[in-house]
Amino acid sequence: MTLCAQNVTFAVRGQTLLDDVSLILHPGEVLAVLGPNGAGKSTLLKVLAGEIAPNKGRVTQNGVDIAHVPALALAQNRAVMPQAAAMAFPFIVRDVVLLGRAPFRKTSSRKIDRDLVEKAIALADIAHLADYAYPALSGGEKQRVHLARALVQLWGMPDSAGVDSSAYTSDVVDTRDTPQSIRHPARFLLLDEPTAGLDISHQHGLLSIARMQAQYHKTGVLMILHDFNQVCGYADRVVILRKGRVAAQGPTDQVMRPDLLSDVFESPIRAVPDPDGATDILISRAGFA
Amino acid sequence: MTLPMLKMGAGTLKQACRVLSALYVIGDDADGRGRISRKALSLLALFVLLQVAVVISLGVGGADIGVAKVLWHLADKTGLAGSSVDDFSARVLDSLRLPRIIRAIVIGAALGVAGTVMQSLFRNPIADPGIIGVSASAACGAVAMIVCGHALLGSHYAAIGPYGVPVAAFLGSGLATGVIRVLSRQDGHTDAAIMLLIGVAINAIAIAGVGIFTYLADDAQLRSLTFWQMGALSGNGPADVPALVGMAAGMAYLLMLGTPLNLFLLGEAEARHLGLEVEALKRRATIITALVVGAAVAVSGIIAFVGLLAPHLVRLVCGPDNKIVLPASALCGAILLVGADAVARIIVLPAELPIGLVTGILGGPFFLGLLMREKKRRRI
Repeated sequence: MTLCAQNVTFAVRGQTLLDDVSLILHPGEVLAVLGPNGAGKSTLLKVLAGEIAPNKGRVTQNGVDIAHVPALALAQNRAVMPQAAAMAFPFIVRDVVLLGRAPFRKTSSRKIDRDLVEKAIALADIAHLADYAYPALSGGEKQRVHLARALVQLWGMPDSAGVDSSAYTSDVVDTRDTPQSIRHPARFLLLDEPTAGLDISHQHGLLSIARMQAQYHKTGVLMILHDFNQVCGYADRVVILRKGRVAAQGPTDQVMRPDLLSDVFESPIRAVPDPDGATDILISRAGFA
Repeated sequence: MTLPMLKMGAGTLKQACRVLSALYVIGDDADGRGRISRKALSLLALFVLLQVAVVISLGVGGADIGVAKVLWHLADKTGLAGSSVDDFSARVLDSLRLPRIIRAIVIGAALGVAGTVMQSLFRNPIADPGIIGVSASAACGAVAMIVCGHALLGSHYAAIGPYGVPVAAFLGSGLATGVIRVLSRQDGHTDAAIMLLIGVAINAIAIAGVGIFTYLADDAQLRSLTFWQMGALSGNGPADVPALVGMAAGMAYLLMLGTPLNLFLLGEAEARHLGLEVEALKRRATIITALVVGAAVAVSGIIAFVGLLAPHLVRLVCGPDNKIVLPASALCGAILLVGADAVARIIVLPAELPIGLVTGILGGPFFLGLLMREKKRRRI
């Protein structure tokens, strides 16, 4: 029960954007995708989401090639948070979040939908914006709306998933260890540069939510990140892409080495000890210094 | 005499269904926010408004019949009253005004729904069957058949008879949609923005085509050409009924697309992430919209602005949720066209103004006003 890319190659008009990329996303882990601009990170995410079909290789979600799965079935077990999404018409924020329930519109009820939407809105810290028109929000606020939308999609149906939605209020812990991966297909959350437009406190808020999804709800979380220290702090494993190929892949502490990163990003990166913590901080000096 | 009654029966049934669905929304959301029941209430209000418009429109025109008589006549027809109105009024209502108004309701509703679907599909508030060239191509097909039909089809032209021109209109809209879709496809995807621009180009070509055929036409043909360019609800022969039925069927399908079109407004990639088969929806929705619009043009010629105006008016009141906007635009489009038809019949008595001119003259400035209002609101 994984989301798995096998030897994926994607080329468009003679340009190879992904070259023989393989990776596995396990339920319950946070996998960070790292790489310079144009390395193919977003393309990889699109291939994993089934948005574009690879020229070679295949992507399987829970063991089935996604090329043969209807979009609706994929959507019931996988949510994507996009980089930015514009809406031409002034939907209010709550209704945008509610669109995340669309994959379950045949089975869900208004009550379930409404409860999940309110929880996601509280979690994404957009409760004060819930009745605002979406187009009027700032970029970072829009991203949080899409986080909430992805969450209500990911939570699926409370009973069938074995996930009690009360677990999302921070003080309830008793349902967190519900075993579900045995009977139910695993769920996956794909985040495309989720922290790009957020202030620092909301960046940590979002990354914590992603962590929590992985840890307590056995979701496989894949996110494209640019901040090395956030990768070290939140990810279990890392995939580094360079020019469409996997440059390195493995547990965070083995991959996030200054020499490797300096090589891939062509910029000197050093590790300095954090006076307060155990792990080193990765820093890169300003270019002109 | 039986045909108008049949049409009226179908119309009543459709309206009854609409009321029921509106009530259903209210009932379903009794525990919810007032916001949604407000939407249901506005559907109900639009429905009532349509009834009022229909009754008033039935009463006015060359022969002033009056609301009381109209109501009495309708009551008689539906078996609620025993005696009938005078013979002259009954005949005017049954064979002249009622068929017109049924055409106005179906075509107005079809244009309103088609406009809503196009705006959502292109994720652009100015998209409209008129703007992307579907209407103009239908008119071009019709005009080409009027002018060149004899030369092209020879003896077959008479055999096809009154069906030739509507079918040509239909083919015109289908061809335009096909060309737009083929040209805007790239790597298996269709880009909505490019599609809109291509539609604008097709529109220009189709209008030029209409111009060329108009230039080639003789005096007798010119008279029937104005019908297609300026629109008329006076009916176009035996092809009307199948076209209206087709329109109603297509509309019924489009009315069910509320949630998929809402997802589409998020963006194509996002809609797919949320489980929508995006390309299939685009294919089906554009083709059915083209059929509906082609059928509308086949019956009434080009009627401007209804497809653009109805959804915008509805969004001002009900917000952008397509689950409400689609049925409300159908009602609003019907009201607009019934109203415009009444105006067209009385403004230049004893003659009648082409209805496309009325919707253009009234709709254009009104739409400009809407735009200015929007502009001001966005500034703040």
